[in-house]
Amino acid sequence: MTTPAETPAPPAAPGGGPARRPSGRPGGRRRLLAAAAAGAAAELAGLGLIGAAAWLITRAAEQPPLAALSVAIVGVRAFATTRGVFRYGERLAGHDVALRAQAGTREDLYRALAPAAPHGHRGADLLSRMVDDTDAVQDLLVRCLLPATAAAVTAVAAVTLAAFLLPAAALVLLAGLLVAGVLLPATTAGLARRWSARLAPARADLAARVADLVHGSADLAAYGAGEQALAAAAAADGQLAALERRRSRAGATALAAGTLAQGLTAAAVVLAAQTAGAGQVVTAVLALTALVAFEPVLPLAAAGERFAGVTAALRRLREVRATPPAVAAPARPVPMPGGPLAIEVRDLVVRHAPGRAPALDGVSLRLAPGRRVAVVGPSGAGKSTLLAALMRTVEIESGHILVNGVDVTAIAPEEVRARITGLTQDPYVFRASLRDNLRLAGPQAGEEDLAAAVRRARLSAWVAATGWEATLGEDGRTVSGGQLQRLALARALLYDPEVLLLDEPAESLDEPTADALLADLLDATHGRTTVLVTHRLRGLERVDEIVVLSGGRVAQRGTHQDLLAVPGYYRDLWEAEALTAR
Amino acid sequence: MHQALVRLARTEPAVRRHLLACLVAAVLAGLAVLVQAELLSGVLSGALAITALVPLAAVVAARALLARLQGAAGGRTATALKSVLRHRLLARLGGLGPARLADRRSGELVTLAGRGLDALDAYITGYLPAVAVAAVVPVAVLVRLAVADLATAVIVLVTLPLIPVFGALVGRHTREVTEGQWRALSRLGGHFLDVVRGLPTLRAFGRAGHQVTVIREVADAHRSATMRTLRVAFLSSLVLELVASLSLALVAVPVGLRLLSGSLDLRTALLVLLLAPEAYIPLRAVGTRFHAAMEGVAAADEAFAVLEGDAEADRDAAPPRPAGIPDGPGVPAGVPEIRLEDVTVRYPGRAEPALDGVSLVIAPGERVALVGESGAGKSTLLHLLLGFVTPESGRVLAGGVDLATLDLDRWRRRLAFVPQRPHLFTATVADNIALGPDTGEERVRAAAAAAGAAEFVAELPQGYRTVVGERGADLSAGQRQRLALARAFCRPEADLLLLDEPTARLDGRSEAAVIAATGALAAGRTALIVAHRPAMIGLADRVVRVHAGRIVADRPATGAAPPDGGDGQAAPITSGGTR
Repeated sequence: MTTPAETPAPPAAPGGGPARRPSGRPGGRRRLLAAAAAGAAAELAGLGLIGAAAWLITRAAEQPPLAALSVAIVGVRAFATTRGVFRYGERLAGHDVALRAQAGTREDLYRALAPAAPHGHRGADLLSRMVDDTDAVQDLLVRCLLPATAAAVTAVAAVTLAAFLLPAAALVLLAGLLVAGVLLPATTAGLARRWSARLAPARADLAARVADLVHGSADLAAYGAGEQALAAAAAADGQLAALERRRSRAGATALAAGTLAQGLTAAAVVLAAQTAGAGQVVTAVLALTALVAFEPVLPLAAAGERFAGVTAALRRLREVRATPPAVAAPARPVPMPGGPLAIEVRDLVVRHAPGRAPALDGVSLRLAPGRRVAVVGPSGAGKSTLLAALMRTVEIESGHILVNGVDVTAIAPEEVRARITGLTQDPYVFRASLRDNLRLAGPQAGEEDLAAAVRRARLSAWVAATGWEATLGEDGRTVSGGQLQRLALARALLYDPEVLLLDEPAESLDEPTADALLADLLDATHGRTTVLVTHRLRGLERVDEIVVLSGGRVAQRGTHQDLLAVPGYYRDLWEAEALTAR
Repeated sequence: MHQALVRLARTEPAVRRHLLACLVAAVLAGLAVLVQAELLSGVLSGALAITALVPLAAVVAARALLARLQGAAGGRTATALKSVLRHRLLARLGGLGPARLADRRSGELVTLAGRGLDALDAYITGYLPAVAVAAVVPVAVLVRLAVADLATAVIVLVTLPLIPVFGALVGRHTREVTEGQWRALSRLGGHFLDVVRGLPTLRAFGRAGHQVTVIREVADAHRSATMRTLRVAFLSSLVLELVASLSLALVAVPVGLRLLSGSLDLRTALLVLLLAPEAYIPLRAVGTRFHAAMEGVAAADEAFAVLEGDAEADRDAAPPRPAGIPDGPGVPAGVPEIRLEDVTVRYPGRAEPALDGVSLVIAPGERVALVGESGAGKSTLLHLLLGFVTPESGRVLAGGVDLATLDLDRWRRRLAFVPQRPHLFTATVADNIALGPDTGEERVRAAAAAAGAAEFVAELPQGYRTVVGERGADLSAGQRQRLALARAFCRPEADLLLLDEPTARLDGRSEAAVIAATGALAAGRTALIVAHRPAMIGLADRVVRVHAGRIVADRPATGAAPPDGGDGQAAPITSGGTR
């Protein structure tokens, strides 16, 4: 589930968010300490096993009385038995901590994403990458933090032991361990950062070429451009492969350096011991301790490589958490006014990003209770933005939206949304049963409510064919665009808000179904405050007001008859529609 | 070991050479440890002079060099193998043809051919060398031990098999449960992703807050279930660890006692102590690399399933794609008559035919609108003429020549096709319009102008040089559709125009522009237009209604033609075609 990070990371900020996370939860710190202690104990047992065995053998060669060896014999056996047990404990505790930390990170991420995102919806790829990033916390603990702790404890123990036996050898060992345990991981982390910065564009290029080949296969075949596209993909693959080869050479060099450090340190320790005239027993114990002390230290080079990816992932998560929501919640929210809702939009200006042209540029609108307004206009005119502003998922730059005279910015956004909502753009099908997919808009709804909502959305036949318990969304093919649209409409009708917003309810339906659906909707919403965004004009004679948006401004407004009486977008569109109708 | 993968590695010379280098380096490095132990025990026991540290350092250096070599060669093997697989996969995807591709989960294919293959890295650079080392080094260690001290060799020989045996035993017992848990965990990730993606919908219905609790509960339930499994699963590692360290104790203590009695010399004893662990390490290394390797195996399985499995599916299915005859006859020059004779098309794995005994004659220059609900077989009809699908029975004739005998590439050069969802490539606008080879810039600009695209292309940051899909070049659905139409305009020599709902998802004004452009494009050619919207049907002089794979109505489009051509926006429909 983990994926190597592909963006360069700045130097890791010490004491930043990641390490704080697991310990931030009850019992997290204790569990983490237990796992680290078990890991260190396992490594120490390994060190003790070899040290005691080396002492036992060399001392035995001096043929002392048996009693002199008994402690070492017990030691060898004890270390041999406990090592595995400690290792077992470490792995269990480590995974428990990591799973808890990951769950916590996901919860945090979700809380950060739950308020409306600033730039509308985020791309699906970006979202899945964020979810992958939450795995980084697990990796940070299991692959980086715990091994590093165990290695550090072992190294300190080995150096201390050596210092008692022969200070000069301890210095040599310390130097070797620092090279393998600090210098090398730092190098591999740096290499990983540098190489992921180079590999990421090459990977993206290859992915784009492959996507072109697969998604554009019909276009390529029809225009005889398949060979060309295949060659482009092969070239992208070649570039990526060349980079990967160079990276693997760099990585191999770092790993080889670790082997060199281990062997040379052991040799240098022996040399130091011999020069100092240390006895055979001390020399042997020193040499074998030195060799074994490297065992937990050498894997840190690989951990360093992973660490670079982990820090990049954690930094991205921190950025997501730090991004302020699109709509600022008021510090002291006033309650949503009671009674039938009358909405007044006054000179509303909304801009999706600073520097861009406003999406809404001074729009005004009155929605008395029970009144129905249709919003039409070319794509990009600001129709959906108007609905988003009413739902409080985009921020108001200037102007006001008043609900029974109260400015909506003073009310908690969720409260506004609870009463003013409906069918939004890009509805989503969850990987759940059809029933649950509908019921999310009405957890208390009974069977009859569900059936009624489905009927009014003209979805009954499909529901009967599919079955209420059928799982949707598994591969995206079970639900067509038209069905998804109607499912979303059924949700909106089931939720039954006081002010119903409908964004293109007839989109991706065929002509007759679309007409019938709109007619039904206009029947069903009679007397309900409704804002209907549509690009089909048939039936609009039944709404109270039609607002024509163009470039974020109100170009025309009035009833169907009013608008037909004057030249303009509405009359043009109506004539085009009438002209081509069968 | 992955049979198909190893076979592939053997047959590709580049891969084979690097893989061999990698494995040899790994084994040699493993054997160098024996020499290192020999020298170290000699020095420590005093049997060798201190100067023996020089060859010892040389052996260490050799091991480092070999490790470097192994890593580099492993990297080369992995990239070479991935490239080979990727090329084959992509060629295979091209061979599948658009109709078969549409049937698959294209997103998964893109991932597989892209970064999915990266999972092979761990398998090739880690697992395979570990297996090679495990096959050679323990044997060499055992032989050396036997020569030095038979008793130790026997202890190691007896305990050594315990590692793979216990590994396999515990592994078999827990693997299914563990795999189930890992699957559940990845499902958990999937659930989380699902919830995050659906946030706008949850928000709209006030359910966003509620999901926090759900996420926590689901994660907690999965964690405790996973930990229950891991408690058993990690027993395997406990056993392996115990075998390895207890064996060392089993070797060290008797050796010490025999030294005491004088029946063994120190050099041998130290050698035994140094070598005994080296017998176990390679076997345990295979175990630790196993999990990562399995991910690589899964990726390889997937890749070979596409490469080989589909070949079988191809044979099973009614010949879906004989791909025409490379040097087959051409269709006579001039706008050809199109004739379908009792054509039935069936997609693999579907019971109902997509087209069921369809017969249809389209005269040269005729403009036919195909109507009918989605899934009726309209697109299949177009794909049939493109050669994307072939009939199970019946014939498709173009200018009197059977499409099955044609050189498809040459035939397609006489078609202009606008699919329902045209794909815009990661390339410049100009390249997207030209698409095929050798198209001059003049022609691209003319085509863009004819398709009503010139205006918005001029407003793009770098005009025709703008790379589509990059920041600042987001095109609307209408603009994309017009670029696809420009593609068709780039083929003025095309005789047959195939349009699949060119105005779906367009607003009124964009639709009018596209219809005007389409009308101009259709002049003097045969056109087959899948249409939902009345305005598009208005372009045709004949309307064919398709239902459940059959033609249910076929009438002249008299009623559909607007009385007077409207304001001119609705295209020149009244010219009456060129029959």
